[in-house]
Amino acid sequence: MSVLIFVELDNGSIKKTSLEAVAYGAAVAQTQGTSATVLAIGNADSSELAKAGAYGANKVLHANDAALSNENAMAYASVLAAAIQQEGSKIVILPKSGLSDAMGARVAAKLGASIVSGVTELPDLSNGFQVKRSIYTGKAFATVEVKGDIKILGIKKNAIEAQEGSGTATIESFSPSLPEGDFTAKVINQEKASGELSLTEADIIVSGGRGMKGPEHWQPLLDLAEALGAATGCSKPVSDLDWRPHHEHIGQTGIKVAPNLYIACGISGAIQHLAGVNSSKVIVAINKDPEAPFFKAADYGIVGDVFDVLPRLTKAVKESK
Amino acid sequence: MKILVCITNVPDTSAKISFTDNNTKLNKAGVQYMIGPYDDYALARAVELKEKSGGSITVLNVGEADSDPQIRKALAIGADDAIRVNCDPQDSYFTAAQIAAVAKDGNYDLILMGRESIDFNSGVVHGLVGEMLGIPSFSPVMKLDIEGNTAKFAREIEGGKEYLEAPLPLVLGCQEPIAEWKIPNMRGIMTARTKPLKVVEPVDVNNLASLTAYSLPAPKGACKMIPADQAETLITLLKTEAKVL
Repeated sequence: MSVLIFVELDNGSIKKTSLEAVAYGAAVAQTQGTSATVLAIGNADSSELAKAGAYGANKVLHANDAALSNENAMAYASVLAAAIQQEGSKIVILPKSGLSDAMGARVAAKLGASIVSGVTELPDLSNGFQVKRSIYTGKAFATVEVKGDIKILGIKKNAIEAQEGSGTATIESFSPSLPEGDFTAKVINQEKASGELSLTEADIIVSGGRGMKGPEHWQPLLDLAEALGAATGCSKPVSDLDWRPHHEHIGQTGIKVAPNLYIACGISGAIQHLAGVNSSKVIVAINKDPEAPFFKAADYGIVGDVFDVLPRLTKAVKESK
Repeated sequence: MKILVCITNVPDTSAKISFTDNNTKLNKAGVQYMIGPYDDYALARAVELKEKSGGSITVLNVGEADSDPQIRKALAIGADDAIRVNCDPQDSYFTAAQIAAVAKDGNYDLILMGRESIDFNSGVVHGLVGEMLGIPSFSPVMKLDIEGNTAKFAREIEGGKEYLEAPLPLVLGCQEPIAEWKIPNMRGIMTARTKPLKVVEPVDVNNLASLTAYSLPAPKGACKMIPADQAETLITLLKTEAKVL
């Protein structure tokens, strides 16, 4: 009956958004008077997996078959479905991401389960099982009554404040049989930027638009990002022009982010870009045009030349340390 | 090769969202509708694949009659025929079951759609359809070529790309830069009028989730402006006032 939570690993560490999912799942488990079980797939040390206990998990199932070393959503779905069956889980929590959506979808179809993605708050149990979810790329919310016997929820970043506690979790090895049909695709190659901070995980993002005037002028932005320990992003025109790589594109048709601090440099603030950043806690806009729409969506604004303002901010950050 | 392209009929990306009827219905007044931008990429790539190696494209929409202008546009861009499942879809599982019901008799080699619809942003319909049909699904796919019975494609992974090869049939959720959006030409618009659009009724599906109400985010407070010559105070404010540093 336990609430089952899937966590994503990045180089053997549980991702921060996944720890939020653990805290969310543990909070739901408490309301149901049941325990919280975590499923982790891939390489990780026991000491790292035990971290899930500090966020409220009672048990961690660890699937570490060599066949699972690539993020194969279909095979991951088979593992998750097996875990749900073993634990008799009725509520399954996933951190919203491309991988989790893909595996959650396949599990929902396998089990005839409800799936609701983009959940922003703990469920309301006062009248059935209702959850609030983000729709229209953050422009609105919908309240959804979840009716399936098994309920799969994909939770958005910041849906809950994850507090590290002192709990511990037992770790069990989990090796369900893997259907051959999950492995019909061959991975030919992977291109992955190494050492880059992930945009969906980052607490701070510094992002640039056409106001940066060209890829050769990105250094002041990169310097500020480095000083802040921030990830870097960009607007759609910038990635369309190949000034920055496609995986940095933030917006309605790019990556949706929800950092604590989003600093927009030379981005006018088209509604499509704002849709991708409106879940940020604090937004700063720097633009030389005082009429830039971004100022209407921002908490702090500086009307000025990015090439003057950015180096001064970098200096101020370094001096304040 | 037979390709099925699933399209959504969604408010324009620049639409202001508001609700009526005690927050239970989208206020459609003044809202322009469009083919979902990700679906539009899928359609564009399907047209290119057909131009290269022949075959047919069927476009599928799960929606009400107000989807028809978007379906006609897809036909004008290059689809051969269309099917609309006549209902107001409110849940991913329900929508996927409708697509699977249409696809199961069609022997499609490729089922393409956007990585997500831009109204509900769930990003799960391709996975649901794949599992319902018992075939692999991948998303978000940003490059796609077909050689014989094999798809060679790239999907975006965090911080990069993964190149894959898999035998058909497949369900793929697509995104840019898989193709450039196509604008229908006059000849396309003329021929689209007479291309077949079949309207079918939905199959019965267990109601697993239903919308009860909509709401809007709390309005944003005023932006605090900092004079450019005092830019450094921003860092102090972010530390002491906003407490995010």
